[in-house]
Formats: sequence, C-alpha cells, structure tokens
Amino acid sequence: MTDVADRAAPLGDQGLVDGFQPNAWSRARHRATRLPPLFILVPALAAAVVAVAPIWYLIDRALSRGAAEVWDEVWQQRTRDLVLRSLALSLTVTIACLVVGAVAAWLVVRSDLPGRGVLRVVLALPLAIPSYLAAFAWVSWRPSIAGFWGAALVLTSMSYPFVYLPCVAALRHLDPAHEEVARSLGRTRTQVALGLTLRQVRPALSAGGLLVMLYVLSDFGAVAAMRYEAFTWVIYGAYRAGFNPSRAAILASTLVVVALVLVVLEAMARGRASARIGAGNARAGRPVALGRAAPLAWLFIATVLGAAIVFPVGRVVYWVATFESPSAGFGDVLGALSSTLALAVAAAVATVLLAMPVGVLAARHRGRTAQAVEGATYVTHALPGIVIAISLVFIGVRILRPIYLETPLLVLGYVVLFLPLAVGAVRASIEQSPVRLEEVARSLGSSPRAVVWRVTVPLAAPGIAAAAGLVLLSTMKELPVTLILRPTETQTLATRLWQYTSISDYASAGPYALALVIFAAIPTAALTIITVRRNSPVGVAP
Amino acid sequence: MNHSFRPHRRAALAVVIASALAFAACGSDTPSSDPAPTSVGTSLGTSDAPSGTITVYSGRSENLVKPLLDQFSEATGITVEFRPADSGVLAAQLITEGDASPADVFFSQDAGALGAVEAEGLFAPLPESTLSVVPAAYRSSNGMWVGTSGRARVFVVNPTLAPDPPSTIDELLDPQWKGKIGFAPTNASWQSFVTGLRVIRGDDGARTWLEAFAAQEPVAYEKNGVVRDAVNSGEVAIGLVNHYYLFELIAAEGADAVVATNQYVDAGDPGGLVNVAGVGVLASSDNPTAAQALVDYLLSVDGQTYFAQQTYEFPLRSGVATAEGVPALDTLSPPLIDLGDLDSLEATQELLSEVGLLTL
Repeated sequence: MTDVADRAAPLGDQGLVDGFQPNAWSRARHRATRLPPLFILVPALAAAVVAVAPIWYLIDRALSRGAAEVWDEVWQQRTRDLVLRSLALSLTVTIACLVVGAVAAWLVVRSDLPGRGVLRVVLALPLAIPSYLAAFAWVSWRPSIAGFWGAALVLTSMSYPFVYLPCVAALRHLDPAHEEVARSLGRTRTQVALGLTLRQVRPALSAGGLLVMLYVLSDFGAVAAMRYEAFTWVIYGAYRAGFNPSRAAILASTLVVVALVLVVLEAMARGRASARIGAGNARAGRPVALGRAAPLAWLFIATVLGAAIVFPVGRVVYWVATFESPSAGFGDVLGALSSTLALAVAAAVATVLLAMPVGVLAARHRGRTAQAVEGATYVTHALPGIVIAISLVFIGVRILRPIYLETPLLVLGYVVLFLPLAVGAVRASIEQSPVRLEEVARSLGSSPRAVVWRVTVPLAAPGIAAAAGLVLLSTMKELPVTLILRPTETQTLATRLWQYTSISDYASAGPYALALVIFAAIPTAALTIITVRRNSPVGVAP
Repeated sequence: MNHSFRPHRRAALAVVIASALAFAACGSDTPSSDPAPTSVGTSLGTSDAPSGTITVYSGRSENLVKPLLDQFSEATGITVEFRPADSGVLAAQLITEGDASPADVFFSQDAGALGAVEAEGLFAPLPESTLSVVPAAYRSSNGMWVGTSGRARVFVVNPTLAPDPPSTIDELLDPQWKGKIGFAPTNASWQSFVTGLRVIRGDDGARTWLEAFAAQEPVAYEKNGVVRDAVNSGEVAIGLVNHYYLFELIAAEGADAVVATNQYVDAGDPGGLVNVAGVGVLASSDNPTAAQALVDYLLSVDGQTYFAQQTYEFPLRSGVATAEGVPALDTLSPPLIDLGDLDSLEATQELLSEVGLLTL
C-alpha cells in the first residue's frame, strides 16, 4: 500500500462517478488489483465474518447428515414448489413496493401536492408496525382475506418504505438542470419522468428492491397469519413440528443460495452509481403541477396510508378500548419499554460501527473485494429470524459460552440481522458526499485515515444516523431472536406482545402493541426527516 | 463522533467487536443477569435439601405456569429462571446446545417435543418413584419424561343446531353437517389428532377421512377459542377443539351465558385422542436434585390440583379431582396409542396441505 496508490484512489473514483470511463471491464480489472487501506479493510472483513457466521452453523448441521441426504432433502418437488411460491410472493411484493415507493416519493418530492412536507415523514411510518401485528389485524377482522393476496397486501404495506426512503433521498439529490435540459430539448414531462428521472434513481430503487425481496423471503409473521405456505413455513415447521434442526438448516441453506443469486442480480441491475461528486448544491427543482391529477394523487396516498397505518393502528386502539381489565400494569409496560429501548440503542451503535467500514469500502474502494464484503452482509438477510436465533445458539455454546443468553450475544444477533440495512444507508450517503473534499484534505497533508474520520464520516453523518434509526426500529420489532437469546429477566415489548397474543389475551397485549408502534414511530420519523433533508449537509460546494 | 470511535492500527477488528460488545453490555439497563446457575449449583450441590437455581425451558405459557413455579420457589427456596418459547423451538434449542445447555428442566406443551429431546439422549432417566405417579400411557416408555396434565379432543356442540350430535369422527362426514363444522387448521392439538389418526388408520386411511372432511367444507378459524365462540354463538353447529375450552368460557361468562356443551366421542374413536403436557430433566443439568424437586412438585397433589383447577385439564395423579363439570380421565376411553408415536407432526402438516386443509 503505497502513498501513490492511496492518492490515486480518489482520483480514480472521481472518473468513475463522472461517468467518463470508456471501458468498464478494464476499469474493474484495474481496481481488483489495488487493495483498500487496511484500517478500512480489516474491520470491514470483520463485519463480513460476523454477518456470515450463521452459515457456519448451516454447513455444520447440513453436513452432519451427509451430502447425499442434503441433496435428497433439497432436490424434492415440494422444496422446489415452495421456493417458487416464496419467489412469487417476493416478486409480487417487490414490484408493488417499487411502484408504491417510487410514486409516493415522486409525489412528495417533485409534485405540488399540498401537505407534502408532512406526508414525506408520515409515508415512512409503516416501518414502525411489525408484520405479524399488521397481518393479525387484518385476519382477525376478515379471516377470508388470508392467502396469497392477503400476505402480499400486508407485506407491501409494511415494506414499501424500504424503496420509498432511498427514492426520496435520491430525488431530493437530483440536479433539476438535467430535467430542464431534457425539457428544453423537447421531451414531454412524462418522457422526462420515465426516461431521465427514473434512470437517475435506479440505484435507489434497485437497492431498496433488494431489501424488500430478501425481507419477504425471510418473513414468517405475515405468511403464518395469512396461511400462505411460503418457504419459511417449512423451515419453521421443521423446528416446531418436525423437531428436526438439521432439516431446518438444510432448507435454510437453500434460502441463502437464493439470496446469493438475488444479491448478484441486484449488483448487475444497480448499474454504475450516478452519484454527484459535489459540483455544487442541487437547487430544489420547480414542483410539477398535478393539476387535474391531484385528486388521483390524494386517492393514492389515502389508500396507502389507510392500509398501512390507519387500519392496523386502528385495530390496536380498538383492542385497547374494547377489552376490559388488562392484566398488564403500567409498570410492566414501562419496564418492557425501557429494556426494549436499551437493547435497540446498543444494537444500533454496534451495527452502525460495523457497517461504517463496509460502507466506506463499498462506496470508495469499489472492486471485487468490496463487492464480496458488501454482498456477504446481505446473504443472511433472507434467513428467517428463527434460523439466525438457532445459529447463534450454536455459536454461543461453542465459542461465546461466557455471554450465552446474555445481552452481548443478543446484540450480536441483532447485528447479524440488521447489518444489511445499515450498510445500505451508510454506503448510499458516502456515495453521495463529494469525493473532492476528501481529495482536498489529502492534498493538504491529512493521512488517509484522518480523511476518513474527519471528512468522510462527518459528511456521511446523516446517512449514519439514518442507519442507526433503521436498526433501532427494527430491533424494537424483532421477536424470534429476542425470545431465544434474551437474558432471562429481560422482557421487551415484542416478547410481552407474544406472551399475551399466544394465549389470545388481547386486552393485555394491546398496551404493549400500542407502546411498540408509538415508540418505533419515533426513530422512523427521525430517520425520515434526516433522509429527506440529506441534501443540505452533503452538498457543500468545494 | 469522528474521534471517539477511532480504531487503532490493525487491532481494528478486535477494537470494533470489543467496543460493540462493551457498549452493548453497559448500554443495556436490564438487571445484570447472574450467570450463576453453575456456581450456585455446584457450591450448594453437596447439601441434602435441593437448593440454588434451576433454568426451566417452557413451552407452556408464562401466565399459566409462573404462579405455580412461584409457589414452588416459596416452598423450597429454589430459584427458577423461566424461559418461555414455542415447545418445538425450545426442543431445537436444546438439541443445538447439547451437553452445554444451561437448561435443567424442559416443560413441554406436548409429547412430540419431549420425544425429540429424548431421541437425542439429552434427558436423564427419572426415578421410579416419580414415574409411578403417572399412568404408563402418559409417560415415556423409557422413563425419560412424564406427563403433567392431559387434554382430550372433543366436539363442542351447539344443542340448538345439533340436537343429536355425532359421536365419532365418521359421523362428522354426514351430509347434514356440511358447512357447519368449525376447526382451527394451525392449532397444534388438531394436528396431533390428525397425527393420531395416521397412526391408527395408516396414511391412506387418514387421507381418505381428511378428503371427505374437506368436502364437508368445514369453516377455518384462527384459534380453538374462536371455534368455541362460533359454536356458542350459533355461527357453526360443531367445533373440533380440546375439552377445556368450554370450561374456560363458563368460568369467564358464567354457566348461564353458555349454551354450548362438550360431546365426548365414543370409546376408542380417534376423535377422542388424549395428549399430555410433560416434563423431563436434562442429563447436563448441574443441579439435578433441584430439577427433580420441581418435577415432583408438578406431580404433587398441589401441582396437580393447580392444573385441574386453573386450566380444566385432567390431572394425571390418581386421586386428584378434576374441576367441576370435567369428567374424570378414567371415565373416557381414548384410542390406545403410544404418545411417543405422535412425533411425525411434520408429515401430518404435509398431508393437511395436500388435501387443502392447512394452507391457502
């Protein structure tokens, strides 16, 4: 690692983001030969190792039965059918999320929709509602909604913010000059929106779509309540009905392979990032007048918010109001709330610390190493929580015995679960901060390390905060890993919710559900505000 | 924030992980957990009376079991670390932990999960004095676990809609009940019944019955309690549930408000399967005497009376009375099958999916 190589890196990246490189392949080969600095690479590799740790368990369990049996288990008609059923649901939800997320983002950023400032935040709030809660709200109201479309409805309404948020950020970040030029050259507004704007937010759509896809593959809460037999059903069934962890591990490995394929496909679909390099602060574009389409836009927003927020929250309020004499005391709710918040903060800090080196690597040192490290943090994201939980049991009793069933191991579980969410947010914000400031710092004599900590990280602070918010709210909703790995005395809002709903005591469950949704909404709102305002601290003119 | 988390040189890996974990440890304000089962158990293990701490993995719900365990702690001075989750998931956790498990006792909702842990050789054999309390049909044939309470499958019926109710599962297939039967497709006890049916009639016989049952267009509900409510309100005429749901409703609403009644099926009919919740002591327990004390407490007159009165289940210790209105277990003649054979629940779920009775 010579100084020359270090200095060459930012210049090379500048060429890349400017998009003037003639031959992508020769560039990729050139990059692969140049390793990033060790102070980034080593912690990033550590993060990748943590992220893929569950695979150690999967391989060990699967091989304990012999390769032939693994093949028999996987290569069955039923296994293939279930993978296809899961992919069908995942694809449907992802497409729906891309449409809902992109349209919603465009309406609140680029149109003249009244109240768009408030809507920008409100539209992200469904993230605060756990999928099992939303699904249960629907089926307990109309059991006939169960099935494929019920599952698709719930999963879409819960996960479109994964597309919406990066899309809002990307749209806010676009230079309106591009659109103005296109318009002046005679393109219609629709042509501009579909041809130019859509292409510019493609990386955001693609990354968000990947998260939705992996999330749907891993979800059990919604498909269980909706009785749609997805692949996670058989994995849970292997534990809960088959009492056969080895079979569950073999089946889960199939999901890892599917996830791997999706990660590679997404990397191809994302294309070259078209991040700006700091050529000035993007002006706010002139809002597009909706005109006669305004009622249609309102209908769209009302439908989305009605299905994703008003209905499930309304059902929870109804439970609290209708059922008498909740056995949960105020003190119990408060206790569960405080341990939930403490765990969530610990998980957010630990996850973001590990996500930062991966984000820097992926955004600033592109190449095969960076791609492999970033991809590694994603592959386990398709695994259902129960598999992550049992794999951490496996790792815990073998190499982390002193912290087994203690808070640190539980936090490690959250890191494994939510690292991809944090990596995505951190990487995106670093990509969007101007490389030139880092070059200036280097030219003024700062070491590469100082540049990262004094320029890159502060500039990416909004993205880092957004990553923390995302991990915070996801941790608060998490159930299977919490239930299995928590210290015995620790009760969270989610475990209490499980405790009471599993015995159909909705009166007692109501207050915990309400507290969970309200307190998860706070980091959701905060991260949304940070995301939609990201433009200001980032776009400093050099 | 840029300086405080600054890693140093190549120790970055260790620093990042250590600081994450350290922060996690002090970031949580949960009461510092005492990892002491080990130390307490060994330091006090030499005295005669059981004491110290035991960890209980429980598939039975906290609301149900915790009051009884509190009584146990009060009576013996033994502290209980209570860890509830799904019985099958806990079995997977125990199997994955192996000899390193911190658990001393596994309290399961059903016999299947106990059988799976037994099959891995993780249970220590129970003494004859404990086993002999429970009839042989309701414990492990190898003496590795015992049932603690029983539940029977019944037809809960609305007397107005079904004045002459069926008393065998084959009578359920009569055309007059088409569209009038409620059941809970995801409920574990329903699936245990189907598993029993497979054991008794073979897979083909079970499939034949299930296909005919599906043709009756039974109404699927979320849970057994909802099935019972639907019968009571007249939404459907017959519900396939466990015997105690009726008594829960009577306790909550008063006998006058409840019109539904339990129809116990004919002797030997597969529809009358009796399953148990049960308990075993882990071979890796570092406090086996205290663990054994808990098992004996659950089987004591006090423990058995608690289950009989609180859950309306059947006590398994002879001489302990059932709750008011609940028939004694020995007046029923459930089908004679080895509960250990009920471990093929996964194949049952596959069969139910195939005949269209489980998933959509």
